Amino acid sequence: MAIEESDNGREDMLIDGQKHGNVAVPDEFNVNYLKLYYAKLFPYADMFKWMSYGNDGKHPACDKYYIGRREFSFTLENDIYVRYQSFNNVVQFENSIKEKCPFKIDIGPVYSVDPAKKNAYAQSGDNVFTPVERELIFDIDISDYDDARYCCSGADVCLECWPLMTIAIKVIDTALRDDFGFKHILWVYSGRRGVHCWVCDGKARRLTNEQRAAIADYFRVYKGNENSSKKVSLTGPVLHPFLVRSYSEVLERFFETRLLLSQNIFSTEDRYEKILEMIPDTSATSDLRGKWQTKRGSKEDINVVRWEQLKNTLQSGKYKAPGLRRCVEEIVFSFTYPRLDMEVSRHMNHLLKAPFCVHPKTGRVCVPIDPDHCDEFDPTAVPTLSQLFEELNMGGTRAYDGNEWDRTSLGESISFFRSSFLQPLLKSCKEEMESSYNAKLQQSKSSLSW
Amino acid sequence: MEIVKPQWKKPPPSANDAASTLPLYRSAPSLEVRLEDFELYAIDRLRVLKGISDGLSRGKRPEEMEKLVDDLWKEHMGHPLPSEVTNKDIISHFVLRLVYCRTEELRKWFLSNEIVLFRYRFLDDYPDEAQRLLMAELDLPYKPVTTAEFEGVKEKLHLVARSIGPPKLTESDAIFYKVPFEEVPELVAGRRVFIYKGYAYVAMNQVVSLVATQFRGLLSKALVLTNRKWTSTIREQEKDRLTPIVEALCTSYLGPDYSQPKEFAEVSIKDIDQVAKSSFPLCMRHLFEKLREDHHLKHGGRMQLGLFLKGVGLKLDDALAFWKAEFSQKVGAERFDKEYAYSIRHNYGREGKRTDYTPYSCQKIISSTPGVGDHHGCPYRHFSEENLKAALSKMGVNSGALENVMDKVRNRHYQLACTLTFESIHGSSNDAGINHPNQYFSDSHEIFKSKNNPSGQGEPLGDR
Repeated sequence: MAIEESDNGREDMLIDGQKHGNVAVPDEFNVNYLKLYYAKLFPYADMFKWMSYGNDGKHPACDKYYIGRREFSFTLENDIYVRYQSFNNVVQFENSIKEKCPFKIDIGPVYSVDPAKKNAYAQSGDNVFTPVERELIFDIDISDYDDARYCCSGADVCLECWPLMTIAIKVIDTALRDDFGFKHILWVYSGRRGVHCWVCDGKARRLTNEQRAAIADYFRVYKGNENSSKKVSLTGPVLHPFLVRSYSEVLERFFETRLLLSQNIFSTEDRYEKILEMIPDTSATSDLRGKWQTKRGSKEDINVVRWEQLKNTLQSGKYKAPGLRRCVEEIVFSFTYPRLDMEVSRHMNHLLKAPFCVHPKTGRVCVPIDPDHCDEFDPTAVPTLSQLFEELNMGGTRAYDGNEWDRTSLGESISFFRSSFLQPLLKSCKEEMESSYNAKLQQSKSSLSW
Repeated sequence: MEIVKPQWKKPPPSANDAASTLPLYRSAPSLEVRLEDFELYAIDRLRVLKGISDGLSRGKRPEEMEKLVDDLWKEHMGHPLPSEVTNKDIISHFVLRLVYCRTEELRKWFLSNEIVLFRYRFLDDYPDEAQRLLMAELDLPYKPVTTAEFEGVKEKLHLVARSIGPPKLTESDAIFYKVPFEEVPELVAGRRVFIYKGYAYVAMNQVVSLVATQFRGLLSKALVLTNRKWTSTIREQEKDRLTPIVEALCTSYLGPDYSQPKEFAEVSIKDIDQVAKSSFPLCMRHLFEKLREDHHLKHGGRMQLGLFLKGVGLKLDDALAFWKAEFSQKVGAERFDKEYAYSIRHNYGREGKRTDYTPYSCQKIISSTPGVGDHHGCPYRHFSEENLKAALSKMGVNSGALENVMDKVRNRHYQLACTLTFESIHGSSNDAGINHPNQYFSDSHEIFKSKNNPSGQGEPLGDR
């Protein structure tokens, strides 16, 4: 077995010893693969450059203590958490990860002081240890959609329900850019059942908790808890432009062309009853129920037929219950609109898993997702540890000039990360630094002349 | 018809009459104040703030709050000498700053109620012109949107205006300020503004949010500074004169502190099911039952129930045992110790910041936002009508009382609904009304104590 082989082998032996072909694909995840991944593939330099936000350069405005105040947290084997770690340079960062081989790396905020020394500061009383900067983050988890999908539940995800995540990316990404004016946004596959979003503009990193909460609330439509039947309530005579855009550009299309069919939303009695519950007019619901209970052979898909009937009934103007016209939209929203984990976005000090980690349950790498092509993203095709391991092996043992990842399927993800996210981000960090430095210079000049 | 005002005229300097604007309390007045006035003015203002805080926790709507604030202000903040009215306002504010600057908790209370007061005074007493004066005084760097730009986004602005309610057409409706969205978080959170490329278009009638945010920032900083000054110098200098007054003032008007359990109300694990049945308010009963049923609660539920139980008198060791007994059935004892025990000790101030956390009040619970899989929050607010009715009848509310409760719920008087539930179950009135789950518990406990032991000298939790 490959696992036994690798248990007593060292990294280099792993590569030699593995013969692909007739050997069955081993587990997607094991510690030795992870070690190899950290030895050969994890993009330390890129990650560190990102977290430094230009403060690792030679510019006089650089804050060289910036990165050293960032919290990293490792989860080691057997769920041992090691929090409040910090690194002053990429070598420390790399060595520590290689040595500890964390199953998970989380990124926390930038604090007022080095988090590794927080206890020393705590002695001094006055609360000096406090988060000062943090990316605006979003965490969307498909297990929160269990009442809106029938193909999977809990942590499972398949290509039938993944479009829910595609919708979330489209809706949130557009609003972050067009409404809030953010530019440096990174979407990452969480490795199993959801997506993470990192908004890295300087302005986003410096938002207060209150402002973060406001943005999260701006996105919040879904208000369902376990004890209410109506999960979405759209009030007011018309919808806010953000909701109108989300509905007409994304939600409606996805609902009618994808989810309605793939989730069989109207196919059985208990499913359509759930939808009828959302309609506040009993005569309308009993009309529809009457139509749906008598089976009638039809060539068309039953979900499409019933959805059209529902729309026609509610929009006919025949029924007068208040809020009825909005009901069609409410149904679409409740089956498609993004459901954010609010707490993650609200507070600066929430940890979030770093991109390019490997999910210990699936062995999949947390790769970036291109929001402009998120329709094409396939979570089941994301490189796994074992796959990367095989790809490294295929190349043989000959010395390789470039980065190891270029001969694996991870190469594409890393070059996307660099070209679409990191480079533009660092460019604007530099510009921001330049302009604030000049402003300061100007200020000190004028104060000198005074 | 649209009336567009492209630019707003700066008021002539002569119009800058301090008496006509709402004070921003930028600096302490250089007035001589008699010691009695010092205290009396402060108490009057405190009555106003306390009234505001009560109004909010009753879930009053904006229109009701507007009237309440107006009434409170007229009742308490008048003065026989018209010339003294402004002074009273300013003096009382500064005295309370001293009183409420001393802990985070006090600062938060004072800040939030002063902001509410400020908002409604800004809205009520001041016509457009005075509002603009105040904006000028705050030195807000915002200019109204130009006509050309307005035309470009007009439709979106109308859409937002209609989405938040019936249109109130006034001349100033066409005046919008374009401000960075961060400056108006509450308008962003409620989707009450159009946002484009990082800028929020704030209508003239929403300017209060902008001004209130600024005022909040000023006051928040000032409170921290005052605290520093107070601890470093004033407290010592004034220890015979002001210090006793200041220290007495803050304790006299805040509600009771439920973070420390009352002595009589010690609860042990073996009593807890019995007590939950007889004396927990619905929100806690529901969490408690769900925990027993699912052997799990999500974070919001653990906090709400955990802190309540602490307030009820469950000791840390018992709390750990209690939660462990449930959670280990679902996640195993080992995972409980690793992932959940910390936060329970944290609630008891044994980890992290080592703050002894206060149980949640009704106001906090009502304003929480339970999501998927959550069971916390206020059942009167967050349950569907059907679920709430079922829960209430299970609790023993008879059908007559049930209708009254539901009536309060429909009018969004959640605490009154809870009070009626209390009265129906206990068969006795509760005049103070329910403001805190722990108050519900202790009121209930009192009733059972006197029932079981009319002499009043009862054993704790006599009814087994």
